[in-house]
Amino acid sequence: MAETEMQLAAKSPCAGLLPLTIGDVTLTEDTPAAMTLIAPYKGQEKPLSDALNAAHGMGFPAPNRATGNAEARAIWFGRAQALLVGPVADPKLAAHAALTDLSDGWAVVRLEGAHAEEVMARLVPIDLRPQVFKRGHTARTELQHMMASITRIGPKALQIMVFRSFADTLVHDLKRAMEAVAARG
Amino acid sequence: MRIAGKGLVSHNRTVNFSFNGKDYMGLEGDTLASALLANDVHLVGRSFKYHRPRGILTAGSEEPNALVSTGKGAARDPNIRATQQELFEGLAAQSQNCWPSVERDVMAVNDLAAPFLGAGFYYKTFMWPAPLWEKLYEPIIRRAAGLGALSGAANKDPYEKAFAFCDLLVIGSGPAGLMAALTAGRAGADVILAEDDSRMGGRLLAEVEEVDGKPVHVWVAEALAELEAMDNVRLMPRTAVTGVYDHGTYSALERVSHHLPPSQSLKTAHRPRECFWRIAAKASVLAAGAIERPIAFRNNDRPGIMMAGAVRAYLNRWGVAPGERITVFANNDDAHRTARDLVAEGVHVTAVIDSRHDAPDSGEFPVIKGAMICDSAGRHRLESVTIRSVNGEEKLQTDCLAVSGGWNPSVHLTCHMGARPEWNRELAAFLPKPDAVPGMVVAGAANGVFSTYGALQDGAQAAITALAGIGTSVDAVPLPEASDAPYRISPLWAVPGKGRAWLDFQNDVTVKDVAQAARENFRSVEHMKRYTTQGMATDQGKNSNVAALAVLADATGRSIAETGVTTFRPPFVPTSIAAMGAGAEDQGFMPQRYLTSHKASLQRGAANIEVGLWYRASYFAKDGESTWRQSCDREVTMVRNAVGVCDVSTLGKIDIQGPDAAKLLDLVYTNLFSTLKLGRVRYGLMLREDGFVMDDGTTARLGENHYVMTTTTAAAGQVMAHLEYLTQVVRPDFDVRFTSVTDQWAQFSVAGPKARDLIDALVDEDVNSETFPFMACGAITVSGVAGRLFRISFSGEHAYEIAVPARYGEALYRLLLERADPLGGGPYGMEALNVLRIEKGFITHSEINGTVTAFDLGMQGLVSKKKSCWGKALSERDGLMDDDRMRLVGLKPVGAMQALSAGAHLFDPDATVERVNDLGYVTSVGFSPTLGHMIGLAMLSGGPDRMGDTIRLVDHTRGIDTLCEVVNPVFFDPEGGRVRG
Amino acid sequence: MRITCPLCGARDHREFTYKGAALPVPALDSGVAEWDAHVHLRENPAGPHEELWQHAMGCGAWLKVRRNTVSHEILAVELAQDAGLVIKEDRS
Repeated sequence: MAETEMQLAAKSPCAGLLPLTIGDVTLTEDTPAAMTLIAPYKGQEKPLSDALNAAHGMGFPAPNRATGNAEARAIWFGRAQALLVGPVADPKLAAHAALTDLSDGWAVVRLEGAHAEEVMARLVPIDLRPQVFKRGHTARTELQHMMASITRIGPKALQIMVFRSFADTLVHDLKRAMEAVAARG
Repeated sequence: MRIAGKGLVSHNRTVNFSFNGKDYMGLEGDTLASALLANDVHLVGRSFKYHRPRGILTAGSEEPNALVSTGKGAARDPNIRATQQELFEGLAAQSQNCWPSVERDVMAVNDLAAPFLGAGFYYKTFMWPAPLWEKLYEPIIRRAAGLGALSGAANKDPYEKAFAFCDLLVIGSGPAGLMAALTAGRAGADVILAEDDSRMGGRLLAEVEEVDGKPVHVWVAEALAELEAMDNVRLMPRTAVTGVYDHGTYSALERVSHHLPPSQSLKTAHRPRECFWRIAAKASVLAAGAIERPIAFRNNDRPGIMMAGAVRAYLNRWGVAPGERITVFANNDDAHRTARDLVAEGVHVTAVIDSRHDAPDSGEFPVIKGAMICDSAGRHRLESVTIRSVNGEEKLQTDCLAVSGGWNPSVHLTCHMGARPEWNRELAAFLPKPDAVPGMVVAGAANGVFSTYGALQDGAQAAITALAGIGTSVDAVPLPEASDAPYRISPLWAVPGKGRAWLDFQNDVTVKDVAQAARENFRSVEHMKRYTTQGMATDQGKNSNVAALAVLADATGRSIAETGVTTFRPPFVPTSIAAMGAGAEDQGFMPQRYLTSHKASLQRGAANIEVGLWYRASYFAKDGESTWRQSCDREVTMVRNAVGVCDVSTLGKIDIQGPDAAKLLDLVYTNLFSTLKLGRVRYGLMLREDGFVMDDGTTARLGENHYVMTTTTAAAGQVMAHLEYLTQVVRPDFDVRFTSVTDQWAQFSVAGPKARDLIDALVDEDVNSETFPFMACGAITVSGVAGRLFRISFSGEHAYEIAVPARYGEALYRLLLERADPLGGGPYGMEALNVLRIEKGFITHSEINGTVTAFDLGMQGLVSKKKSCWGKALSERDGLMDDDRMRLVGLKPVGAMQALSAGAHLFDPDATVERVNDLGYVTSVGFSPTLGHMIGLAMLSGGPDRMGDTIRLVDHTRGIDTLCEVVNPVFFDPEGGRVRG
Repeated sequence: MRITCPLCGARDHREFTYKGAALPVPALDSGVAEWDAHVHLRENPAGPHEELWQHAMGCGAWLKVRRNTVSHEILAVELAQDAGLVIKEDRS
């Protein structure tokens, strides 16, 4: 039984690493209040989507799509699952889906700027140009050697997620690519 | 010699450069080759084998002779083609393969020994005695081999790689490529136009003619301006497409900054030298043009002897006449244009020597028909040639010979997926096989269409055909007017006669060498290539392959079509390893995974060790400890006597939920999990489908349909993929969901007799033997943070694993250490963790090495008889249950303080140490401070039946040969009283 | 090589991992002989071949890919969950 009251200090995955601006591209960390993986049970896709709409105002996203807005976003996160980013998931959703708290499991960064896609072209084997990868589009792919989730969140802004423990490498790889793109002028 | 005002160079902008230490001046727009020729420098290098003086042969990336080194020290770039290197202020280039200088090269004595150095020389000379190979022959050959040399220092220049995507990739920007890009671009298709040259336009830049009623370079500039203005078209100059791969994947090498002076500013310090592109294109048009081929004759390699098309290119594009009295030697009409253009610029053309009796006449220059050039003379520069005709032989004074044996379409990329080109007699050339590469359409000279108009038309049609193949319909565009002169040729490969007539300039292969290969029965073109090394240099024989196989065909009495070509493989141009490996050097080689406790561990003196991608604390050096063993011994003793804290977050953690969660666990584990009580943890073993052990770990039941599985650090990814396989492929009917929560939770082992004191004082809940008995788990709150507590042990001590969301990991770790210190405890690392588990006989992937079964590990009791499970069927195969299999035992040295080593092999003390007597091997060892001697785990044939036996342990690598006693693998506290206490 | 994942679209092969032939899975208790045949006695055709790939660096889906082992042409891709490879029911 604890005899003292104190609060453990929290630290974000990219603490001490960001922000970073090189050329016209800026890399910042996002720290959403909560992230919850929502994986619907068999035959529950529709009721889940309704419940999600009722609780958080967005439907369950189709593959490669994100729904919602900057405050509350549901990002398709792979086969038969989505990540609710922003609000704490309504416990009522648990009737239709497995809910797993991943608020601390992923590092979340935002890459923004006129040459953001050119930076990503050095690291990611998919086409992220704005005419192809539009607002509301998301992808599960790899960034250099890491599993990643990439979502367009603005005309010149991409959200990138990797497992938390890879945060250092994520920043290293992005920084290198940002430097190379900026040096081309 | 520069012709004032001529060409596409800036005549009013001079550029200073040096070659072999001497200063020269060139013009903006020059290549190193054009600038050297403008300065009358013809001798640029020495050949590979015979060190013969060589000059500039071509004007493109196929150049075999004019290879130079640029840059200094670690940044030195060898084998740079002078014909491609753009001039920049301060460029310093050096010749290669010569010493002390290109003019006075001592190795030129090789040329005198030429009669002894012919084809197959190495194979015949260096056969035996075999021991001399390593000591004598190979070092000599190695020193003599290779053209340029690397500095040996690590290259710190930045390189990069990148991905690109398009509907249509157009390779080459000559008339066919430009027209293909215009056709597709105007239709709105997503187009990449890649051009090897620094300047787009291809062959059109080298010609004097009209397109669309304008001078050709004006038409090119207008076409490029239109393409540049299109958002859907991306122009990639200085980019050679180097390879074609399955399903529309292309590799390309972009020379990003070879044309710029070395970086002077911080901003450009990161500017890459080269970028290696992977381009995914739905369709492509190959418009790579054609490469002119020489005609072999005696001494045809003298500086000043060049390709006719190259002479024309230097004249028309760079405003350089490579000589003052130029002679042309050809077997086709195209080469006559060279004479025409030279005369038009006032350069003296002595004659066009044409081997054909029906060669066209000209009023502007003499044409000698039915004649050939059979020899040349001159020391470091051509001075004269010998003409052989019906009138006999006669010498002609000339300082430059422009040779053309016809044009070889650049079919290389069409062959990268296995297709072979097809011989066309009329054009005396290999043409691409139709549909050689799915989605690729070949156009223009690469397709054997040599006239400008033909190429424009073919390029436009190719774009339409290629886009139709991906379901995009495109309108035809109007074709500009242009010359449509026919290409007339009569084959001539080698001029008969004595002496050495060169085919492959870069590897010094002659007509005689090829004939000799045929005589010695290397008749297959692939054998001839390897025997003579023809086509095996950095230029891959772009100039010489077809002529060489024509000579081979002649020598073997076969047709060229029957003889065939060697296999063209990627890369089309030499590609630096630095570009292909870009991004993977240093920290980019593989990701680093850091624990939340990483910084705090370092502050406590941790030395790190890589475990997979993770960086974990190996041991914590305290003041006065000078070896890792001292720290490790202290940490083990600390855990056994007080309490130790270790970050175990690297273990894979998989959150499993759903109505069928228990069914999945019963399928994947050998033992039962559906019977596991809520709030309890169980150890489990999982098998591969072939019956061998895949992984082990504990799984906790957090709710009725909610489990959290732990895997070993090493197998976390494998187990996750396995669960996905079982639930998607094998039992898609299971209603179960899971995800990795490895990174979500920071988890720390707190182990030792004082672990409960520490934990109980830390968390809000009561922690005692009733609330948290051995193998219990539950929710706790620690300093206001909701966490989880597991009463599990990997040390045999009373122990817990406490988990909190990762953002609190560092704070909790610091707090745990702060609490452990006054208890006589502290952090422990991987070394101590390893000793603790070996003392208890607990296994890791040192033991679960892919060749062991549950039976081998003495864990057959964990394979439930009440149910089947994945892998059980094959685990019961004959031979997998035999008593004499190598099975887990403990080892301790006979007599104290003997060293044991992991990887050592085990033998009967009476048996000889050889393979047939091998009884097993040691998997893990450590010094047990608890027991005061080394201990080890081993897989030993019939192990459990040899308890108390003496066994001989031999490790040749480390020089260890010692006797051990076979003992129970559980060295410490075999009753398990401590863990339950 | 590029594989069109039914969920993610065409992706570079670097995102995928290969397992082997896509074969129906025997019942757990169908005995050593049948399992031995399933695991060890496989065809190695020069031509169309059905195989299992996982989009491991992407969506995680297991795929049944029909691929020509000679030309590498990919003839069909479907989610393995729909491919009917499911384990046979135990006999007991």
